[in-house]
Amino acid sequence: MGIDLPLIWAVIILFGVMMYVVMDGFDLGIGLLYPFLPDKTDRDVMMNSVAPVWDGNETWLVLGGAGLLAAFPLAYSVILTAFYLPLMLMLLGLIFRGVAFEFRFKADEAHRPWWDKAFIGGSLVATFCQGVTLGGFIQGIRVVDHAYAGGVFDWLTPFSLFTGLGLVMTYALLGCTWLIMKTAGDLQARMIALARPLIWALAAVIGVISLWTPLAHEAIAARWFNGSNLPWFMPVPLLVVATVWQLLRQLDKQPNAAPFVLTLFLVFLGYSGLGISIWPNIIPPAISIRDAAAPLQSMGFALVGALLIIPLILMYTAWSYYVFRGKVDPGEGYH
Amino acid sequence: MDTLDALTLARIQFAFTISFHIVFPAITIGLASFLAVLEACWLRTGREVYLDLYHFWSKIFSVNFGMGVVSGLVMAYQFGTNWSVFSTFAGGVTGPLLAYEVLTAFFLEAGFLGVMLFGWKRVGPGLHFFATVMVALGTLVSATWILASNSWMQTPAGFEIIDGRVVPVDWLAVIFNPSFPYRLVHMVLAAFISTALLVAASAAWHLLRGRDSAAVRTMLSMAMWMLLAVAPLQAVVGDFHGLNTLEHQPAKIAAMEGHWENEPGAGVPLILFGWPDMQHETTRFALEIPRLGSLILTHSWDGQFPGLKEFPPENRPNSTIVFWSFRIMVGLGMLMIALALWAFAARRGGALYRSRRLLRFTLWMGASGLVALLAGWITTEVGRQPWVVYGLQRTADAVSPVGAGQLGVSLALFVIVYVMVFGAGVGYLLRLIGHGPVAHAGGHPPPSATAGIAALSSTRS
Repeated sequence: MGIDLPLIWAVIILFGVMMYVVMDGFDLGIGLLYPFLPDKTDRDVMMNSVAPVWDGNETWLVLGGAGLLAAFPLAYSVILTAFYLPLMLMLLGLIFRGVAFEFRFKADEAHRPWWDKAFIGGSLVATFCQGVTLGGFIQGIRVVDHAYAGGVFDWLTPFSLFTGLGLVMTYALLGCTWLIMKTAGDLQARMIALARPLIWALAAVIGVISLWTPLAHEAIAARWFNGSNLPWFMPVPLLVVATVWQLLRQLDKQPNAAPFVLTLFLVFLGYSGLGISIWPNIIPPAISIRDAAAPLQSMGFALVGALLIIPLILMYTAWSYYVFRGKVDPGEGYH
Repeated sequence: MDTLDALTLARIQFAFTISFHIVFPAITIGLASFLAVLEACWLRTGREVYLDLYHFWSKIFSVNFGMGVVSGLVMAYQFGTNWSVFSTFAGGVTGPLLAYEVLTAFFLEAGFLGVMLFGWKRVGPGLHFFATVMVALGTLVSATWILASNSWMQTPAGFEIIDGRVVPVDWLAVIFNPSFPYRLVHMVLAAFISTALLVAASAAWHLLRGRDSAAVRTMLSMAMWMLLAVAPLQAVVGDFHGLNTLEHQPAKIAAMEGHWENEPGAGVPLILFGWPDMQHETTRFALEIPRLGSLILTHSWDGQFPGLKEFPPENRPNSTIVFWSFRIMVGLGMLMIALALWAFAARRGGALYRSRRLLRFTLWMGASGLVALLAGWITTEVGRQPWVVYGLQRTADAVSPVGAGQLGVSLALFVIVYVMVFGAGVGYLLRLIGHGPVAHAGGHPPPSATAGIAALSSTRS
């Protein structure tokens, strides 16, 4: 048949992972920013700003896992085995921060600081491990006979540790600009002040990864700096520079939603850059989306659902965000 | 030796994480429907007591839901980290089913949960009710997909094996595989029963401490009606499920019954209690009722069904475990029916809210639904062994090529974290339940003008 199922599914999963990064990114970022704001009222406002939506955000991660299992079971098996420890740590981190949303408001005064720490630590560990996994993924995975053939700590390299740090910066900026949009007054002013160093740090991280990746991986360098590709890919780094510049300019005005939207765009650009580097492999450096594809019957069946339902999901998710639009009222909150 | 250890560790880890997990969704399924009914009652009658109960139970729901989400996230990834060979082999079937669960259920629950919990002042009552119903619907849809997947692993259908992996050929046959309808109904009823028992026990606890209020009475009454309707029905469904298992997984039934061999021409006794001994191929200390086994499983006096000796030793599930887990489930089920009937009699005699003996029994039965649910899952999952996909792939061949070291470390971390986190969570749940429903806690506007008048005119006891 004429439909290229592996290609469509790869796009869906790429979309799902991107939705996860931009959506759960800002609520994980809230946890990363907690240490800078020790005041209880501030922390309540920060948490209430994401409490109605964080669970939906995290569901994109489950979709990423389930979609991978449905469409590329081989990739699911190999990737999850290769990144066993960082992924397990990520899950444990997500457990701590996930329950902190409820427990923090249910605990008595003596225990609340404990759940604050669980929220911070969980967010940090989950984010860092996602970044490490991303770095390990770019480095490539050793596969022999359709099974992971590497060691327990293959993922642990200076590069992957750096991408871990990079993702922490990314999510922190997403959380910071989200709060600029959702808060007012003193809290907002402090977030605006914090945004500037975060933007510079993130710009530096993007710069380093952009250089490090092609230097360390010949194939990726060949893809980027090949004469016929370069004109197509060149807009990505140029847009990154323009977006960073625009972000810094916005902070001088009376910022509201603009920094958040621009940061989302920045993340989208970084993500595109990674996509360009890896495509069409689903397990770098050698296994392509076609090698790893599930039986066509499986992909086709799941595709019907995905194409019908994802637009619906986007609609009611948007509605939910619309219901909770505007600044968080410190007095309001169901808790 | 290393692979054996890894296998054992992977199995312990799966059993541990799934046992913790399943409790939360079971309560989520039951409470979500309970909340939808409460809100419907409130919208219809305008009686504040329903709204008070809604606010009370939605707090418990949200804590429980959070724990279900994070423990479920672990499950979605564990198939790849610990059971990658299974995932490569059967992912063509289980993957799309899981993907449909995420698409049709998880997003629905998560998307509307925010409005349900935090949206009271931001949307109208009709829209809020819609959000609650969507969350409840999501929990049931979720159960449907996950039971389809699990049932397919028990009674696989609608597939071919090509190049050493499962290829689905008929999705309707895959989803509606032979044991799916029985399992789904059995599980959803179990969730309703577990929740009803929990709600009833919390009401009983408050009544026993002299905290009598309209809200506490209403929740006891509703829970007991639910139990009366569903507990006997569950026994009937369980019987049908057993017959279905006999047809498709006879070794499991033989193990559940501790039944080793048939005597020619004789009916099979029901072994009430005993100790199945896998080594010596016999059930020790058996206390038997003649012919009852035949009667229950074949609905005739001298019908026979296969004994464990008819299966080669390497294909036998562990009878000692499933014999007892099955009896725990059935025994608790009997007690639940007794409780439902007692409560019904007490209600007719006007003693439902006053009989301390009944209330104490209700309190003691509070967690029995969850215990029975776990015992039931242990029966069906251990009874499926040594297969992970029945008759197709052995559990021993399904495990990831991950070393015992990694598995041991992650298992230890899971045990520590789960005991800490979910221990605290259950503590908070019990404390919330201990606070009890508060009258007019929400201070919300009535659903409509007329209902508001009805609320004002309704007398509160």
